[in-house]
Amino acid sequence: MTLERIAIVKIEECLLVTIQVDMHDRLALTLREDLGERLLTTQARGVLLDISGLDTLDTFIARVLAGISSMAKLLGAETVLVGMQPAVAMTLVELGLTLEGVHTSLDVDRGMALLKKLLV
Amino acid sequence: MIKDLRQISTQTVGLIQEQQDEILKDWIESQLTADTLRLDLMDQKKLEQESKALLKALTAALGGQGRDFTAPNWQAVNGLLKEISEARDKAGFSPTETATFVLSLRHPLVERLLSSKKISSLDEEVWLLLDILDQLAIFTTEVYQRRREATIHRQQEEMEELSTPVVKIWDGILALPLVGTLDTRRSQMVTEALLDAINTTGAEIAIIDLTGVPAIDTRMAQHLMRTVAASRLMGANCILSGIRPQIAQTIVHLKINLGDIKTESTLAAALKTALATYGLKVTVSE
Repeated sequence: MTLERIAIVKIEECLLVTIQVDMHDRLALTLREDLGERLLTTQARGVLLDISGLDTLDTFIARVLAGISSMAKLLGAETVLVGMQPAVAMTLVELGLTLEGVHTSLDVDRGMALLKKLLV
Repeated sequence: MIKDLRQISTQTVGLIQEQQDEILKDWIESQLTADTLRLDLMDQKKLEQESKALLKALTAALGGQGRDFTAPNWQAVNGLLKEISEARDKAGFSPTETATFVLSLRHPLVERLLSSKKISSLDEEVWLLLDILDQLAIFTTEVYQRRREATIHRQQEEMEELSTPVVKIWDGILALPLVGTLDTRRSQMVTEALLDAINTTGAEIAIIDLTGVPAIDTRMAQHLMRTVAASRLMGANCILSGIRPQIAQTIVHLKINLGDIKTESTLAAALKTALATYGLKVTVSE
């Protein structure tokens, strides 16, 4: 069995993670591990999580994403979550998961701009 | 509707059929002399037509096999009553007046039955007939009520559509003028409309204007917080504007914590702040 992985792309001093497949719990945990490794090896200072491809998001994945943000912070990187779909935002708020402390942005472009501002 | 309706005897049906014209004459006469006569809303000719049609349909239905009002033989009566009830509602009759129209048939009908010597178990037949007429009268009221409910429902929908406009007031700036109070249903619609607009326009700032909100309570504040939180998750910031002094006092009094949501006194001030975040400034041209 080949293990599914989500690609982590390094651009300048940021790591770009684009989630285009349906997230399941194993995949999310693998991503968290991989990202930790990459942050260490690349010494990146910013993480851009693009979730525009996700139509649904359960509480577990949402917690993992929040966890990634806190972990990155400890490793000296800022995280910006971009492209959340309206329906996903509504669901998360209904579930009481407002992801306080996680930076958000509308799309990758603006997310990158925000990251640059945060890293100055 | 009563399901367990015993059949009227063929004797009685025959009698009514025989004397249909006399019954109709009595009925119309009694309607014309009644207090509830509304010739201002409907002329005499129409009244005679309706009475005649209803009596005819009723006689036919009584002779049929079906025992309850949903049976096929009652369909003509049901349809006719629905039509009459709706027409009278439109003309301005009260539901009582429409029901009285049906109930006024009791007297002429029963009188004919009583004066006839041919019918066996007369008491039972009279009661049955009265029950049927009562049901028909109730049905007209029900039709009336259903019409009202449909109207209320439609108006509610229209109001909800009208009350959630999201307007783009500048590139990247949306305004959501709220009017009235927010309940769970409305707040969901408002939030959905705002998030969709953020998604399609790519606006980073949304101004929620509360000028048209008469009062605020903890529940509504909570709904507002949720809307703001959902917008933030998508990457847009909200500014609350137009909070009136009384509302501000209520918020303080209820110890509602609006968190770190940005607030401005007026929509104009909020717009100024929003423009400033984009590095824009309004100046007088030379």
